[in-house]
Amino acid sequence: MQPFHTLTGTAVPFGAENVDTDAIIPARFLKTVTRAGLGAHAFATLREDPANIFDAPQNRGAPILIAGDNFGCGSSREHAPWALADMGFRVVIAPSFADIFAGNAFKNGILLVALPQEQIDRLMEVAADQPLTVDLENQVVTTPYQDRFAFAVDPFRKDCLLNGSDEIALTEALGQDIAAFETRLASARPWVGGAAARVAA
Amino acid sequence: MGSVALQSLAEARRAVVDPDRVFAMIDHIVDTTPGRTGTLVPGGEAFLTATREACAAAGIRVFDIGDGEQGIVHVAGPELGLALPGATIVCPDSHTCTQGALGALAWGIGASEAEHALATGTLRMTRAGTMRITIDGRLGHGVTAKDLALALLARFGADGGQGMAVEYAGEAVRAMEVEARLTLCNMATEFGAMTGLIAPDAVLFAWLRGRPHAPAGAAWEAALATWRELATDDGATFDIEHCFDARDVAPMIGWGTSPAQSVAVGDRAPADNAYMAVEGGAPLLGLPIDAAFIGSCTNGRLSDLRAAADVLRGRQVAPGVRAWVVPGSTSVRAAAEAEGLDRVFTDAGFEWRESGCSMCFHAGGPGLPPGSRVVSSTNRNFEGRQGVGVRTHIASPATVAASAVAGVLADPR
Repeated sequence: MQPFHTLTGTAVPFGAENVDTDAIIPARFLKTVTRAGLGAHAFATLREDPANIFDAPQNRGAPILIAGDNFGCGSSREHAPWALADMGFRVVIAPSFADIFAGNAFKNGILLVALPQEQIDRLMEVAADQPLTVDLENQVVTTPYQDRFAFAVDPFRKDCLLNGSDEIALTEALGQDIAAFETRLASARPWVGGAAARVAA
Repeated sequence: MGSVALQSLAEARRAVVDPDRVFAMIDHIVDTTPGRTGTLVPGGEAFLTATREACAAAGIRVFDIGDGEQGIVHVAGPELGLALPGATIVCPDSHTCTQGALGALAWGIGASEAEHALATGTLRMTRAGTMRITIDGRLGHGVTAKDLALALLARFGADGGQGMAVEYAGEAVRAMEVEARLTLCNMATEFGAMTGLIAPDAVLFAWLRGRPHAPAGAAWEAALATWRELATDDGATFDIEHCFDARDVAPMIGWGTSPAQSVAVGDRAPADNAYMAVEGGAPLLGLPIDAAFIGSCTNGRLSDLRAAADVLRGRQVAPGVRAWVVPGSTSVRAAAEAEGLDRVFTDAGFEWRESGCSMCFHAGGPGLPPGSRVVSSTNRNFEGRQGVGVRTHIASPATVAASAVAGVLADPR
């Protein structure tokens, strides 16, 4: 994972609510067997309109996206954060995020910042012509006008993002605890997935 | 997405920790034409090949085309007894919550989380909040679990269950057969929830007994003793409690581009929706349709096909309406044929197809032209979900069947 500390840059004031992952990346682009190159198809339907917000010259390559409530709902496709990352986004700011999308975004080094709607409204206004700064270490979004909006972040995810950690390696370090759990499971519920056979082997 | 996870795992030189606990279903982009050999989605063959090769290399069982146990993962998994009470189940598909109907903790994940699960047999999770929705009374005649799921969405919104594990409880749920419970839990993800759950009971145990991967003999008795303890304790507290009356639910229809935009089929659209070409205040009954689809992990089970066949027996699909039925699994298809349901559908003018996700989403290949209006027993009506410019009205199988016959959105009762 690419580490994330502080980022200052253009924010796209998108603002739409209930943006589903079909809208972020339509299913016809999902046959890919790799993670790269999906940015060209991100928001494909919306971008058929030549006047769309994503292709406006000032927004090309912007690292921050501001959206409405329940961003990333629908299909679990991880292609959604892959497509966003491929477009250049490292931060999405919205009032709330769908759970599966939130997990997927984190795995791909995208920081999700949940803020109350009135703060989102203010950031949308500022983003029209000014950059925003997102500081993960201090958990705060700031503007050139001295706005200062604190946000919450899961401590484990924060740590992983700051350090660019390999999460699987962190879990592998807990191997003894996992093995002990598997042993208990095998005796308590031997019918689960051949648990007894696995431990015996 | 499984093949992406397996490839990443191989690139990182990590092994699948326990291939015996991993299963792969070929469902999403598979062709559903009888006599199929692969996929009609351009580029899809490479995806299927990558999945098969990655699974073979890792020693993972694949339920593939031509396998009598193949099906949509959330239909076939429970049917095969792969999903069991108290089990923890993850799958890179958002409708994995379906399997919570068996008292399993089951939820959808992405490819990177799948990679973590394959490598370690675990996932790191933030504990979900707890919500209970108690549904009193019984659903009326012609009203189904699908209608209830849509009514709950209409009431509480597409983010009403965000961050929550939702237990569905109450008289209406207790009275449901297992297949209806699977339909109800299926749409927990449309509700924004991490998962939906229903307490295991005697109805479930009778349904599970004898399934191919369910425990048998002494192991069954031991499992049963454990499963009986899984139900929520009396006096347990939840972060959020909702009550709902099943008697207030009518057959529902989606009118917009979020599953929460659903109303009783006899109601008027509450607002304009330009994409759907629906006008606020206009009745939904009578809107002309171009196509009708029965299938999906929401409504592709035998009871769903029976409900639709009951409406169709001796009747004909209206001229100009393209109608498909896609059984949720190969064994559902066989069971339906054994009781003659395939003939009811084909006599009525429906295409009788092979199992897969099919028109629940459109990934390319043959499809409907932009502007088509479809009534569909699926779970999502997002813009473009069933093809570019295609308008989706989600409903129960009975409502789809009644609409197919009428050529317009219709009430099945």
